[in-house]
Order: sequence, then structure tokens, then C-alpha cells
Amino acid sequence: MIQTMSKEIVNRALMDSFIKLNPRVMVKNPVMFVVEVGAAITLLLTVDPGLFGGQYGPHQWAFNLAVCIILLLTVLFGNFSEAIAEGRGKAQAESLRKTKTDLMAHRRKPDGTYELVPATALRKGDTVRVTAGEVIPSDGEVVSGIGSVDESAITGESAPVIRGAGGDFSSVTGGTKLLSDELLVRVTVDPGESFLDKMIGLVEGASRQKTPNELALSVLLAGLTLIFLIVVDTLEPMAHYVRGSIDVATLIALLVCLIPTTIGALLSAIGIAGMDRVIRFNIIAKSGKAVEAAGDVNTLILDKTGTITIGNRLATEFSPVGSHTERELMEVAVLSSLFDETPEGRSVVELAGEKGVRMAREAYMDSENVEFSADTRMSGLDLANGTKVRKGAVDAIKNYVLQRGGSIPSDLDAKTERIAREGGTPLAVVRGDEVYGVIYLKDIVKPGMRERFAELRKMGIKTVMCTGDNPLTAATIAREAGVDDFIAEAKPEDKMRLIQEEQAQGKLVAMSGDGTNDAPALAQADVGLAMNTGTTAAKEAGNMVDLDSDPTKLIEVVAIGKQLLITRGAITTFSIANDVAKYFAIIPAMFVQAIPSLKVLNIMHLTSPHSAILSALIFNAIIIPLLIPLAMRGVRYRPISATSMLVRNIFLYGIGGIIVPFAGIKVIDLVLAALGSAHI
Amino acid sequence: MTFEGIMQILSVIAIIFAIGIPLGGYMYRVYTGRRSWLEPVFVPTERFFYRLVGVNPAAQMDWRAYLKPILLVSFVVMMFAYAMWRLMGHLPLNPDGNKSMPPELAFNTAASFITTTNWQNYGGETGMTYLGQLAAIVVQFVAPALGMVAAVAFLRGLANDRSSNVGNFWVDFIKTFTRILIPICLVSAIVLVGLGVPDTFLGAAKVHTLQGAVQTISRGPVAAQVPIMQLGNNGGGWFNANLSHPLADPTALTDVIELVLMGVGPTAFLVMFGHFIRSRKWTAIFYVFIGGMLVAGTMVIYASESAGNPILHHVLGVTGPNMEGKEVRFGIPLSSLFVAVTAGTDTGAVNAMHDSLTPLGGLVPMANMMLMVVLGGEGVGLLSIIMFLIITVFLSGLMVGRTPEIFGKKIESREIKLAVLAMLSSPVTLLIPTAIAVMTKTGVSSMENPGLHGFSEVLYAFTSMTFNNGSAFGGLGGNTPFFNLVGGVVMLLGRYISMIAMLAIAGSLAMKPRIPVSAGTLKTDTFTFGWIWVAVVVIVGALTFFPALAIGPIAEQIQMVSGHLSQ
Repeated sequence: MIQTMSKEIVNRALMDSFIKLNPRVMVKNPVMFVVEVGAAITLLLTVDPGLFGGQYGPHQWAFNLAVCIILLLTVLFGNFSEAIAEGRGKAQAESLRKTKTDLMAHRRKPDGTYELVPATALRKGDTVRVTAGEVIPSDGEVVSGIGSVDESAITGESAPVIRGAGGDFSSVTGGTKLLSDELLVRVTVDPGESFLDKMIGLVEGASRQKTPNELALSVLLAGLTLIFLIVVDTLEPMAHYVRGSIDVATLIALLVCLIPTTIGALLSAIGIAGMDRVIRFNIIAKSGKAVEAAGDVNTLILDKTGTITIGNRLATEFSPVGSHTERELMEVAVLSSLFDETPEGRSVVELAGEKGVRMAREAYMDSENVEFSADTRMSGLDLANGTKVRKGAVDAIKNYVLQRGGSIPSDLDAKTERIAREGGTPLAVVRGDEVYGVIYLKDIVKPGMRERFAELRKMGIKTVMCTGDNPLTAATIAREAGVDDFIAEAKPEDKMRLIQEEQAQGKLVAMSGDGTNDAPALAQADVGLAMNTGTTAAKEAGNMVDLDSDPTKLIEVVAIGKQLLITRGAITTFSIANDVAKYFAIIPAMFVQAIPSLKVLNIMHLTSPHSAILSALIFNAIIIPLLIPLAMRGVRYRPISATSMLVRNIFLYGIGGIIVPFAGIKVIDLVLAALGSAHI
Repeated sequence: MTFEGIMQILSVIAIIFAIGIPLGGYMYRVYTGRRSWLEPVFVPTERFFYRLVGVNPAAQMDWRAYLKPILLVSFVVMMFAYAMWRLMGHLPLNPDGNKSMPPELAFNTAASFITTTNWQNYGGETGMTYLGQLAAIVVQFVAPALGMVAAVAFLRGLANDRSSNVGNFWVDFIKTFTRILIPICLVSAIVLVGLGVPDTFLGAAKVHTLQGAVQTISRGPVAAQVPIMQLGNNGGGWFNANLSHPLADPTALTDVIELVLMGVGPTAFLVMFGHFIRSRKWTAIFYVFIGGMLVAGTMVIYASESAGNPILHHVLGVTGPNMEGKEVRFGIPLSSLFVAVTAGTDTGAVNAMHDSLTPLGGLVPMANMMLMVVLGGEGVGLLSIIMFLIITVFLSGLMVGRTPEIFGKKIESREIKLAVLAMLSSPVTLLIPTAIAVMTKTGVSSMENPGLHGFSEVLYAFTSMTFNNGSAFGGLGGNTPFFNLVGGVVMLLGRYISMIAMLAIAGSLAMKPRIPVSAGTLKTDTFTFGWIWVAVVVIVGALTFFPALAIGPIAEQIQMVSGHLSQ
């Protein structure tokens, strides 16, 4: 939708980094606020190094200034990471806002006539008329009419969708464009509450609230900051006792090095980027909490049709009965499906074609196509010579044959049963009053689903398939797809009951749905992904809406939720592990005069005390921008068991976090020495 | 270091951990209300006490209701002890004519005993009467029992599924005496008497020495006091010299018994925890890691003390191990082990003078206290272990992409808030008073050693008080109004802040549903997790205390090795 990191976004983020320096904003992030206060104090100490007493050399101001500048940069880097994460959302929000402005609506007056009003004047319950070419002014429910709608403004999907009164496809979204016909829409939201408004708020991050987990982490970080504040504050009197004196700028440098600035600076960027990943995935999450909850899901409830299977049954076998051969059966079957545009019908023609039976439509242009109806439960062709060819449900065909005086072949029942037992749907084929055989229609599991479910199992997530099929069919599909459990002949209440049962055991449940009768279950589930094509009720009940209406995306949402937590955990661990090296840099430097023997702790052999302190501080600052890409992209998530993932991440971010700064600080020290600035 | 010495250390540690297994199982049965073959003795006794206190043993309490009597009993018993020690000079059982304590000292001692610290700013022989010592023994029974039941309440909360009930304080409290502390102490006291520890109400003995001089040898009901001082991780001894005194710890055998008494409570709690969460594997893993930390620390002390002091070697030509402040009847290995165990279990009893340890040898007990989890005190040690478990689970839970959970209970911001509060309390009560002491005249004037070692003494003192240990670097003169008052407050905060925070966590965990284990659940009973837990403990401890340790024992050690005399 929007380019990842345009120049414009970067420029604005740079500006925002400075705007965010406002202490009233900074105080919300205690870790970085401490750094900002440190920068302010060292600025004062640059002007007057003796501000808090003590005797200093003539160049102390230069050191204080260096510390001040690095601290300021540290804060700015943190602000920049947040701003850049927000930037993408802001750009997106702007383009959405453009869709919204200047919208007009034809509102129906009580007397039945229409008046032209701005869209912002529309209230819940108003009825508006939308004609082809107009933009739908507000979210609503189609009261009458049917038409095709271009939803690309919201979903980015250019293929138009059909919206019409009644049923599950009656909801329309403000900002989308009606391409054909005319609709009468009842407005369902007040201004400011529409889907578009919510989406703008969301992508802008305006409505972003800290998630429970982020809150817990913030508490831990604030606690660590407080501990280090005590450690550093008490260090001065202790040093004083051993006749050492530590200048304030050095103390501040040590404090800033120790407090978890890396994660403190990147924490909100990680959260925003996580939400942004969800949005780029074309899913609107109503809260960050929902995304986080997705990472914790224990049970995934998926509808069979459209989610696990491709939604259409396809012909996979021809099973002739009586004395008929497969070829005869195929000829009749193809004839019955020749003008049948349903996927089932087409699959019959295709399968027969593969087996060498082809027929041209042109030869039968004078025959009449009989479409499937719920009454007859069969479809077919009336040939010009009066012969009727039909295919349909086996019992319907049986009745049809008996009525016409035909007889039922003895092996029909056996073959039908076998297909049903294997989870397929049998379609009987008849020509005149003679049954030729049965077409084996099979539910096709979407390619790759088996692997996905295996991944989910590794992540510890149980999958449950819901289907209206009989238990036999359901079991077969469940086995083929590799789901852990299934509910056959499921009614909406069954889904609800399953969710409640799982939740009673303390599990978190995710499901997707689109129909109005899914709404209660969507609301009950911890993660409810509603399809954008679904009803307003479903979209309101769920805590996420998938604009592409692809229920399998639940699986990706789970991964994004996990990735969000992992990124936070990894950078926190890295941040804390970094402290070890910083101690080895700063402590010997601090006590160089009072306790010279502590120089054995200077295992990095840093050039001078000041250079050691500045190197640690510079490392502390530049690690933030270096990690921005990781914060934005998220730590790579692979579905492996919890323990092996822990080992992997501890190795990378824990042990790596201990080693990297030793190397980094040493390199910076060498650079400082080379620049001749190690002795300021 | 000798092979024999190493084997001595390892075998005593093995005994401590081995006895913990049946004892922990027994304690689990006690606290979950199972019957024992001594039921006919226990039940009527307990019923008598229930009636005495006027409680319904069937009543259930949530964490707040459970906490209230803990605080109430603490307060009442502390006041009782304070009053006794203020007045004991005028009360009976004072054959040696000792005086009552002045107010600050009585406050410090009362705070010290109720927190199981047993920091003693007095010498037992002259600073206490027999009645005063008996009052101390009473507190030595009550104080650890309070810590034990707090841990039991926590374990119940952890095992709950959406129920606020964490048990009945009075039932747990009384059973702790009748079924655990009193029987073990009774048996141990008899054994110690048999091995030569006195137990008498006769005053000090006057003995004519071979040279014809008259020597006064203090004594008293020592054998009655030693078991609870060890088992309850109290550490406050009858004699000023504590367990290095030959009448409190006459032989190597009594020393081993006293070592074991000190260690079995905490190991039993690890075992009991495993029973509560139905994971013996958890106990096994933590046995390995905590035992490993204990062994590692002990070996560092042993190596450092065996190596002796190179300066003495160069300047005075004295070679061999550092025997200053150690008893020859125990030798270097048992003394090293005692130092590590008394510090790790927050007991504070000593069989050697810690002030005389080499700097590195003195660093280990400080580290064992600061890390809080090298066994820790009975009950409260387990709470510290769990506190770090919560922090570790939180960090590693994030790293596997799930809201962290501990034994099926989600760790959310309330738990983290409380765990951070518990974690925060020690730097506050340790570092701030240390800083105040070294920057004020009144603090500095108590130091008998100048320079870095003087600093180490103060650091050790507040470490000992914060973690309710009670051992000391004896060079510090602690009986001043400053150390008495500040120390008393430090000890109280050190014990109760974390105890209250942990009970509050228990309360909030108790109400949470138990999440069933799945492949995505982070297992806490694996070696991998054990390693990470140790790393978190060590890194948090090191980051908090490294600067202070660097000025004290680390700098001292570097100076000693490089042959410099302290400034």
C-alpha cells in the first residue's frame, strides 16, 4: 500500500524526534526521561563544571559537553525509532482521510424524498440512497438493491464485490465506491465511529494503548531503572569514603549505561510496528491487546468450508453401476454438466476430459439447461430429442427414477455408502430412467494446510474443525487436513459451547467467522477474526477484521502476536546483558585515582578513563538506531518448541548481548584514540 | 586444598540435600493435613492451642486474612521480647547479675530476632540473663515459623485454581511447632547434650586452672538453644563467639550436625515445592543448580583460605593456609563450608570469624546473601527463589512469544509490580544505609579497620541485616545508636517488604485459572531453564552490587594478590 520507508517519512520522523523531546511527553517513558534529565544536568555542567562543587581540571567542560551530546543523541534515537514506526501509519491515515473528505450523501427525508447533505451529518438510523459511481457515505446495511462495490480504498483489493440486501453480504463500508446499480443503505454508525475513522485512528497509533504485557514490561524496566538509580547514587559517598571522587557527569554516564535504554527507547516502536504488521497484512485489529492475545492462543477453531477445504467439492472418481462402463457414465455425466457453471459441474467436465471424454457445447446448443434447485436437488440437461439427463443427490435421483418407472440398480446403495464412508459426496447420474452410476465429489483440503496444522501443533496450538457435515465425512476431512479435533453437524451454539468449555480450562480461543449467527461466538472468543465480507454484527463482535476475508490468516495473526512478544523479550535481554561489559569499562575508569589496583578490571584495555566512559556511552547510544530495523521487522519467528526457541534466543540475544558490547566499546575506544579525542 | 577436604565438603552438602527429601515430603504431608502415626499426641495438643487462641481450624483465609496474623504475631512477639530485654536485669533467672538492655539495643535485638536475623550487638554471656536468653529462644521458634507458613501459603496459592483460599494461618502456625520444629529440636538437643554441649540453669562455672588462676566459664541451657538457632536459620548464639565457642560446638561431629540442621529446612522447602506443584523434576533441577551454586561458593572460600595471604608470606615468612579466626578442631574445609552455608541459608551462626577471611573468602558469603537463592532461609528462601523464577519466567516467556506463565498461572503486570517491589527492597535497605554510614562521622567512627576493609565491614553488616542473616565482620562496632536504630529498621524492611509482596502475588495467582500445559508452554523444570534462572539471579545480583563489591572485597583481593598493604 505505502512504500516502506520513503524519504518523506524519514524527514517527518526526524522532525518528530525533536518535538517528542517535550518533557511532558518524555515522562511517560521513565527510562528515557532519566536520560533526558541527565542530558539537561550535563548541559548545566558544561556551562559551569563546578555547579555541584568539586575541583575540576580546565577541560572538564569538554567532557561534560561530550556526555551531554551523547545523551541527547540517545534520547533522539529513541524518539526517532518511535516516530519512524508511527510514520508509516500516519502516511496511510492521510490517504484514508482523503477518501473521507467532501463526501456527500442523499439522505431520505420522512416524506420519502431525498436531500443532499454532507456525510458528516449522517446519524445512526438514517437511510441514504447510493447510485452507481458514488462513494458510499457511511457504514451501513443494505436495505434494498444489489450492486457491485469497489472496496479497494479499504482493502487494497481491486476486484469488486457484490453487496445486496438481506443475508450475509449486506454490510457496506463508508469510503467504498458503488460501481453498478443502486442501493438503499441504512446508516449504522454515528460520525467518528465509522470503520474508516477507527482505521485512521488505529494506523495513526492515536488510539494505541499499552497492552497488558507491555505494561508489565514497562514496570520491570522502571523497577530496574530505580535500582540503578540507587546503585549510582550510593556509589559517590562510597567512593568518597575511599578518598575517591567521581564527577557528576561520570555518574550520569554510568547510570545511563546501566538503565535499560535500548529496550526503553525501542519499546513503543516495537508495539507500533507490530500493529503495523497486522495492518499491512490487511487485518484491522481493534486493539493491541487482541494481537497479543493471539500469540497466546491455545485453541484455534476453524470452519471447514473455505478455511480448511477450498470450499467446493470436486469430482475425483466415476463409479458406474449395473452393467454400465465408466466411459458410458462419463459421457452421461459430462452431458449433465455441460452447461453447469458451478465448480462441481466444471470439475466433472474437467475430470472426464482428463480421462478422454470431451464434448463440445456447440453440438447441444438446442438443448435446455436445468439448473440446480433446492427443491429438486438435481440439475442437468433436457436434450432436443426429449431425453432428460440429470445428476443430483442420490435419494432425489432414486425418487426421480422410480417416478418415471425405472428401476434402481442393486449395487447403487453399496457404492453410495462407500463414498459417504470415505467422506465424499455421491452424485447419482441418470439418463432417461436409467441410473448410470455415481460421481465421487470430494472436499479438497487446501494445499499446505496439513503443514500449517503441524506447525501449529509444534507451537502448542490445538486446531478444531467445525463443519455441518456428518461425523463420517468430518472425520475423513479432519484426518486428511491433520486437525486435532472436529465438531460435525455443528450448529452455531456448538461453537459457542466449545469456546466456553475451552475457556473454562483456562485456554485462550481464536476463531474466525462471518455470519450473523457467528457473532456471539466471535464475541466470546479471545481472538475473533471477522471477515470483511461478513455482516456488520459479525464485524462488531470480533476484535479483528480481515479485509481480505481469508480465514486462514488467523494462523499468521498468531505468529505476529508471538513475534511481538519475542521482539520485546529479545531486546530486553540484550539490553540487560549489555550492562556487564559497561561495568568493566566504567568501574575501573571511575576509581582510577582512588583504587588504582582496580585497573585489572579494565580487561578491554581502554585508552583512558574518559575514553572508556565515552565509549560505553556512545555504544549505548548507537545500538538504538542499529536495532531499529530489528524492532520494526520483528525477531524472526519459527514454529519450534518453546524450549528450543528459548535456547536459540538466549544464545543470540543473551550471550550475544554480553559479548557484542565488549567488542563494540573497544572499537569505539580505538576510534576515539585515533581521533585524538581520548584525552578530553 | 586437599582431596580429603573436598570430599568432606561434598559429603556434608550431600547429607543436607539428602535429608531434605524425606523431610520435605513429611512437611508436605503436615501442611496438606495428612495423618501421621503420632496423631494421638499431635491432635489433642493442637486442639488445645486452637481453643487457646480461639480459632476455628476449619476456617479458610485469603492472602490478606493470612497476612494479618503474621504481622500481628510478629508485632506482639517483638514487643514481648523488647519488654523482656528492657526488664530482664530485674527479673529472676539472673545468676550472673547481668543488666537490662538500653532502648536502642533492645529495639535492635527485638527487630533482629523477629526477622530471624539475630544480629547481636551484645555478647550473650554478659548482655543477657537466662530469662532473656529464654525469651530469645521463644522468638527463635516463632520467627522462622512465620517465614515457613508464609511460604506454605504461597505454595497453596500457586496450586489453586480460581480460589482465593491460601489456608488457615493458625493451623499452619501451630502445626509448624508441634509437628516440625519442636520434635526435631528435641531430638537434636538430646544428641548435642550427649556430644558435650551443656544444658543447665546453674550460673557460670568457676574453675581453678592448672596454673592456679580462677577462670569463669559461662554456660546455660545451650543445647536447648542451638538446634532452633540452626534449624530456624536464626543464628543467634548463646555465646558471643557463637558456634566457634567450644561449649556450643565442641567437636567436628557436632559441627556437622549443626551444619546439617542449618541446611535441611531450606532443602526440605525445595522438595515440598515439588510436591505442591506435582513436579519432582523441578526439585531435582533446582537441587542441582542451587547445590551447584553452594558447592562453587564453598570451593572458592576453601581455595582462597587454603592459599593464605601472600603478603604474610613475603613480609613475615608465614606460609600455609589462612588460619586466623578459625578453629583447629574444624580445619579449613568445615570452616569454609560453614561460612558458605550460614551465609546462603541466612542463618548467621558462625564457627569461624568472617572478618578474618581472605577478601575473596569474605566476598563469597556476601555474594551468597546478595543472591538470595543459595538455599535462603527456611520458607523465605523459597520465596526469593520463586521471585527470581517469576522474573526469569517473564523474560524467557517473552522470548518464546507467549504471555509468561509460572506453573500454569499467567504472570501479568500486577505480579511483576510486586516482584519488582520485592527485588527493589534489598538495594534500598542495603546500599542506602551503607552509603549513609560511610559518609557520616557516626558511621565511620564504628569502623575499627580503616580503608577498604572498613568499607567491607559496613557493606557486610548491611548485607547481613538486609537479608536477615545476622553474621558479621566483627571489626565493626555495631552497638551505637546509629547502627542499632538504622539496623533495626533495615532488618524489618528486609524481611517484611518482600514477604508481603510475595503473599500478595500468591493472592493474585491463586485467583487465576490454571492454563493447561501444551507444546508452547515454557517448561520450568528443564536444565535449560535452570541455567537461565541462574544467569538472571547472578546478573541481577552482580549489576546491583558489583560497584559496592568492587570498592570492598574485590579491590582488597586485588591489592592482596599484588602484594600491596591496604591504605
